[in-house]
Amino acid sequence: MDLPTDVRSIRDAVVKRDVSAVEVCQAALDRIDALNAPLNAFRAIARERALARAAELDGRRHGASLPLLGVPIALKDNLCTRGIPTTASSRILENYVPPYDATVVKRLEAAGAVIVGKTNCDEFAMGSSTENSAYGPTRNPWALDRTPGGSSGGSAAAVAAGMVAVALGSDTGGSIRQPAALCGVVGFKPSYARVSRYGLLAFASSLDQIGPFASSVCDAALVLNVIAGHDACDATSSQAAVPDFSAALSGEGDLRGIRIGVPRHLFREGVDRDVMQAFDAAIEVTRHRGAEIVDVTLEHSPEAIPVYYVIATAEASANLARYDGVRYGFRAKDAATLTEMYDRTRGRGFGREVKRRVILGTYVLSAGYYDAYYRKAQQVRTLIRRDYDRAFTSADVIAMPTSPTAAFKLGERTDDPVQMYLSDVFTVGANLAGLPGISLPCGFTATRLPIGLQFTGRVLEDATVLRVAHAYERATSWSKERPPVASELSR
Amino acid sequence: MSTTFSRGDVERVARLARLELTAEEKDLFARQLTGILAYAEQIQRVPTDDIEPTSHAGDAAALRDDTLIPSLPREESLAAGPGADPSTGLFKVPRVLG
Repeated sequence: MDLPTDVRSIRDAVVKRDVSAVEVCQAALDRIDALNAPLNAFRAIARERALARAAELDGRRHGASLPLLGVPIALKDNLCTRGIPTTASSRILENYVPPYDATVVKRLEAAGAVIVGKTNCDEFAMGSSTENSAYGPTRNPWALDRTPGGSSGGSAAAVAAGMVAVALGSDTGGSIRQPAALCGVVGFKPSYARVSRYGLLAFASSLDQIGPFASSVCDAALVLNVIAGHDACDATSSQAAVPDFSAALSGEGDLRGIRIGVPRHLFREGVDRDVMQAFDAAIEVTRHRGAEIVDVTLEHSPEAIPVYYVIATAEASANLARYDGVRYGFRAKDAATLTEMYDRTRGRGFGREVKRRVILGTYVLSAGYYDAYYRKAQQVRTLIRRDYDRAFTSADVIAMPTSPTAAFKLGERTDDPVQMYLSDVFTVGANLAGLPGISLPCGFTATRLPIGLQFTGRVLEDATVLRVAHAYERATSWSKERPPVASELSR
Repeated sequence: MSTTFSRGDVERVARLARLELTAEEKDLFARQLTGILAYAEQIQRVPTDDIEPTSHAGDAAALRDDTLIPSLPREESLAAGPGADPSTGLFKVPRVLG
């Protein structure tokens, strides 16, 4: 029989013992072996550990209560895994093996998931194309000469290529939603503080959030059920009650009573025609399903990218100070003094984008520039939050394209940081305001590259975002489209 | 204000950030950071008098009782360090004082 590929079917089949967790795990490992050479989606494959874990689950008598029993899962390489190397795709953490698991890892394993490996990303999650990995770029399963987006490009590509049913990523300015859009899968960034960040290698702590990639909204909700909730190890995690996200999905896909806000004023320039057409068609679908479409204005959205790059780099310069060649990872060996050791370890261990951002972040926090850049950016951040608050008085969710373009070519934007940063123009707002956001497939370009549709919602109203996305997904078949990797890539 | 980021600025900030850069990187970053800052300066046009800054997107971090909980054993904490010296329970670093 064909093995099931979605979360619920895998779990149900393993519970009923139609298949074993070991068989499902071996199938995932086989597919990773067949496809990872061209895609470079995985940094590390935890073969023995995964098979041993699957065998252990098969031997349990009471596995039926586990919501992710036997589901193979991949983790972005900035999530700490005890005993599995965790590098954040940086040289400075080459060979680093964490002594502890991130809270999300513990929760997934407690729910019966099987971790099969760690996925490639932009170094320390800084980038929009996965080209900033110290270990080579990941390639887009839909077109091997194009990027999967970033920074969680490996996780997005792994799900798109069917290597795993589910993967986790992190999203600081769009790093789950943008690669989900470019790879044609579902990617969900929960509300800020909805999921514990304990064990996530921090990039920008006021913005970072962990979330799932999946091939359907339903699967994303099942994973969110497991990873959401307060954690004593992360003092910023929310104490708010966690609803059953699966139960909140739309059932028959009815959107009557839902108001969808569309900030058309942001789409006047810079959005590809194919993307705009797919977006407009998607909005029509939601209207036919009963949603009321309303105009909203996000006045300060044009400033969101510069605000984001000031705040995110400032926080990164502080968070990355810990990589100093003492406690973990790489150390330059030819230094005579302590400060020389710091300088050389960091100079050689970090890649160019990380160094560029640490310098920018250090500069905007330095004496004489703090008020003009950092404090000013925090004030404009307040205005951006207020814009969303106002928009959410007349709309329940806001719809935008996830990315202004489909997947771009490898190397196309690497020489121009500002051009690369503009990939995130529609996603950074949700991070600055702490909102939940989802990207799901809504069509293809003329050259058959996936296009993503984004919904964002009010803080901690993650269930509403999932419900609207689920209703759209039910009304269309875009989420069922898969790249022709099996035939093309194995040739 | 219009900022030009010079090679000297790059060197000054790289010292603060404890980053050794190659000559090529210094020139590259001076050029690119000038471009990035020129782009970032559009936020200066936004009036923000009396607007309070936002430092994070969530609620204020919750306080907890100061109770002792187990932490990682020292040997495990030391295991990943390039200068770890498990026999003393310390990290070794190059000479600090001459």
